[in-house]
Amino acid sequence: MNSQIIFFILSSLSLVSALFVVFSKNPIYSVMWLIVCFISIFGHYLMLNAQFLAIIHLIVYAGAIMVLMLFTVMLLNLNKESEPHKSPLPKVAAIISGGLLLLVLLAAMHSGSLPGYISPDLTDTGYVQKVGIKIFTDFLLPFEMTSILFIAAMIGAVVLAKKEKH
Amino acid sequence: MEQLEQHANPQSWYLVLSTILFSIGVMGVLFRRNAIIILMCIELMLNSVNLLLVSFSAYSGNSDGQVFVFFIMVVAAAEVAVGLALLVSIYRNVASTDIDVLSKLKW
Repeated sequence: MNSQIIFFILSSLSLVSALFVVFSKNPIYSVMWLIVCFISIFGHYLMLNAQFLAIIHLIVYAGAIMVLMLFTVMLLNLNKESEPHKSPLPKVAAIISGGLLLLVLLAAMHSGSLPGYISPDLTDTGYVQKVGIKIFTDFLLPFEMTSILFIAAMIGAVVLAKKEKH
Repeated sequence: MEQLEQHANPQSWYLVLSTILFSIGVMGVLFRRNAIIILMCIELMLNSVNLLLVSFSAYSGNSDGQVFVFFIMVVAAAEVAVGLALLVSIYRNVASTDIDVLSKLKW
């Protein structure tokens, strides 16, 4: 019973904060609500007994990525409500198409069926030991590839953001 | 049995939650004109997929899904770094992050 209550609190927190991310006028508030959303997803990971990913999620998303976003918003001086008023038609179309996508996905899930499950509390799938052994044996090559990806992304970011000489 | 009933939430709850989060992300990409907020909505979609993968991994007792989530996080970090660098360079050229201004590549 307790875990159900925690699940509903965390879910409503993540859904409400996700809606605020979309509908906030000020980009700074959007970034803040996204941090709230990420922290609630961190709680979901803990509920699913995935400790390693929960900590990685908190460090990478709420730490690194959101600091990068916040830094860019402040660097570009977007903290005023600078979005010009546009016609409401595209917004209505966006809401309708988002709702229709939700409807289609839920209907597709409704017609399917889930395989039998084991309780996440009774397994150790998310422990550092299990995930670490998987990463360093079965997924060693992709893991090494990610370092190349990071080098490429880092060099690309520096080259793109560098001031062009005239 | 008592313990199972007490602890395990049905997995379909996680499916519904991540579907709603994904739809909110898609709606945000279509709804907003600010490129930074569009990037944030893409992060939201990636996170909903991560949550789904972790739930399937945890409920099936297999760690492979969590390794995939780890790689998705790596790719998301690289994507955000490059995306924000592009955004800064665009802002330097047109002094705006409104995607309606960026119509030069339009045919």
